[in-house]
Amino acid sequence: MANVLVDEPIKNLDEPESWRRFFGFSTDHKVIGIQYIVTAFFFFLVGGLFAMVIRGELITPEADLVDRTVYNAMFTLHGTVMLFLWTFPVLAGLANYLVPLMIGARDMAFPRLNAVAFWMVPVFGVVLMGSFLAPGGPSQAGWWAYPPVSLQNPSGALINGQFLWLLAVALSGVSSIMGAVNIVTTIVRMRAPGMTFFRMPIFVWAVMSAQIIQLFGLPALTAGAVMLLFDLSLGTSFFDPIKGGDPILFQHFFWFYSHPAVYVIILPIFGIFSELLPVYSRKPLFGYKVVAISSLIIVALSAVVWVHHMFASGTPSWMRMLFMFSTMLISVPTGIKVFAWVATVWGGKIRLTSAMLFALGGLVMFVFAGITGIMLAAVPVDIHVNNTYFVVGHFHYVIYGATVMGVYAALYHWFPKMTGRMYNEGLGKLHFVLTFIGANLNFFPMHPLGLEGMPRRVASYDPEFAFWNVMASLGAFLLGMSTLPFILNMVGSWIQGEKAPDNPWRAIGIEWLVSSPPSHENFEVLPIVVAAPYGYGKSDLLVSNADALEVAHE
Amino acid sequence: MNIRTGLVLTIVAAVLAAISFWMGQQAYGWMPPQASAESILVDDLFSFLVTLGTFIFLGVFVTLVYSVLFQRAGKYDFSDGPHIEGNVTLEVIWTAIPFALVIWIAVYSFQIYDQMSILGPMEHIHKGMATAEAAPGLAEVSEVSGQEPIEVLARQWAWEFRYPNQNVSSTELHLSNNQRATLLLKSEDVIHGFYIPAFRIKQDIVPNEEITFEFTPIQEGSYRLRDSQYSGTYFAAMQTDVVVESPEAHRDWLKEAAAQPPTVAYNAAFEDYRRASEKGVSAGWVTVPPAAPPLVNYSGSPLKEE
Repeated sequence: MANVLVDEPIKNLDEPESWRRFFGFSTDHKVIGIQYIVTAFFFFLVGGLFAMVIRGELITPEADLVDRTVYNAMFTLHGTVMLFLWTFPVLAGLANYLVPLMIGARDMAFPRLNAVAFWMVPVFGVVLMGSFLAPGGPSQAGWWAYPPVSLQNPSGALINGQFLWLLAVALSGVSSIMGAVNIVTTIVRMRAPGMTFFRMPIFVWAVMSAQIIQLFGLPALTAGAVMLLFDLSLGTSFFDPIKGGDPILFQHFFWFYSHPAVYVIILPIFGIFSELLPVYSRKPLFGYKVVAISSLIIVALSAVVWVHHMFASGTPSWMRMLFMFSTMLISVPTGIKVFAWVATVWGGKIRLTSAMLFALGGLVMFVFAGITGIMLAAVPVDIHVNNTYFVVGHFHYVIYGATVMGVYAALYHWFPKMTGRMYNEGLGKLHFVLTFIGANLNFFPMHPLGLEGMPRRVASYDPEFAFWNVMASLGAFLLGMSTLPFILNMVGSWIQGEKAPDNPWRAIGIEWLVSSPPSHENFEVLPIVVAAPYGYGKSDLLVSNADALEVAHE
Repeated sequence: MNIRTGLVLTIVAAVLAAISFWMGQQAYGWMPPQASAESILVDDLFSFLVTLGTFIFLGVFVTLVYSVLFQRAGKYDFSDGPHIEGNVTLEVIWTAIPFALVIWIAVYSFQIYDQMSILGPMEHIHKGMATAEAAPGLAEVSEVSGQEPIEVLARQWAWEFRYPNQNVSSTELHLSNNQRATLLLKSEDVIHGFYIPAFRIKQDIVPNEEITFEFTPIQEGSYRLRDSQYSGTYFAAMQTDVVVESPEAHRDWLKEAAAQPPTVAYNAAFEDYRRASEKGVSAGWVTVPPAAPPLVNYSGSPLKEE
């Protein structure tokens, strides 16, 4: 009975009609999913503004736009915000929204934990932004926060920018671990009757794989951040060389998580590609089981490649060689996926919606990133381009080219389901064209710059690098502009877009069998799954009780 | 697969291979001048990777573009494509070939790295991981270094080089052409990175550690040395010149420099900081102050700074 009393006010808040539910402590995974996505997008714009300042400074060789300390704070916060406040939360949002619907569950396994994990995001967002007010300004140690630079604290204040940065990262880690526990539990325990592992959509496989990485990797980063915090504020000497600490040890802690983190980011994007390409090609995903399993192989390999970020660091030669081999092996399961997507599209009946354009554009940019990734894995090449703009170009093709494009693809694809409205295709295509040109103009020039020897994180550079830097800056400003049609489209369509049917894309998947947007409980009756996903070109039923899933409501 | 498809595929593959080979040759031109023995090795490997990478990228890209152009659904065509769930042969092929390629790339990279031996010969030979790799490419140029290693001192934000035998200190790194250079890398504060793009070599310098680093310059000239590991506020200003000169010229330079009394060298970071503090108002936040400019026998030509 106590439960009922506690639940009552929350239920009222969750009335589907009330927009207020998006601003409260809702436990509905769909509300939390959208809360994550919108919050993350806000921080995406903030991180983008920081990027504009960086590119504004780099449009000329001299350090003339902002003070060097300001520049250093900008790239530190750009990286931190884009990873911890945009990429992770937006993917957590998509997983939150989609996973229960896709596996036929009414909610996540731990709805309250879910809400707590989300509400930590704005909290550590405020902590991080608050560091602008700290004495000495925000952290200027780069998002790696390598000691001893991160321990220098020129302001001498106890509450300084680096302190707040570490606090924010530690909170982010706790929030993500909560999310990971929740998502993995949900997938393992709450699948609908008949939803065996090999009937799960690839997005669910990918999210599960990614969240397993969070479970084993994040404790290392969070522990490393706390140890660094102790060094900074309490005078311990884990990493401080003056007191006999080992700064390289921090690099191991940091990359033991932060490399796998790349797979936490990219695996759900692989999942999105695997969902969207079949829908808009009208063909089943090619080699479903292999694509599913390859995610788990990537998880296993991701745990043993971190030293490739430290090839030019204080690492012995044997370690460099060992991690070169392991790193290169990752390209095999990744290649399997790429070829499977190409084979899925091949011979299909392709429809170039905004979602499909973003998926294909993201796929092409990902392949490019994969190839520069192999070059970076080869130690001799890495020794030359390590810590140059070549690396910055490479990972922006991964993080922007593949990840942001993939997120856009997903947002367009599931927009009708989330909002009950259709988006505007014209604006969507304009958004795609601006984004694709902007991203390539922004990030391609970084490769020649790196090969010529321009280090990353510099506020000023030799005049020989000017040409490609001007190109990159123009691309960056174009990318900034490209968000405008997107925002206009999303806000405008949500308010007054055409009403969306249950399944506007004729897609096969449980989420498309319920109304748009789904009711609070998702399903009146749990679906009974009778077929594998992606049954395009066949007329098999996916669930045996499609008509009974929800009470009719118009 | 009928004969016609086979023929078309072969022609497409041949064209892609030709383009890839051409790109691989172009790749040499994307790099700085080849001023060290190591740079030749690295560029060969990079060219090989560009060739291979271009072929794979174009293979995927051309296939996708063809699909997008010629396999679109008609406006009113709401039918599905063929129900193809997979193809075991194809999947085995595209697992096995990348696997073999990766092993090839890794072994090739391993050999190149072994020949570079920038951290000295690898101990793997004694651990039985692989048979000893001779370094034929380097044997001719690198008569045993024999010289005392040059000490490289990195601090926020200046480079200082010491030639202990000759009692010379300098803010410019002078090296003798075609001789294996041995450096002892030391940092006095944070981690710095020793990076000479024209030599394709790089090594982080870790406080409390002395790292022995070697390479062989092969072309006379002046090159840039940059800090490659972010080291704080004036990181970008921590650059200097590397001068490769003939052994005779190098000897003369050492002699001349040794005769010079130590003077305070120009330091970009220090000057910047001094100017900013004189102005009084700062547009930025408080920073770690730069170390005093080094006191050296030789501080390069003043025109080249910044």
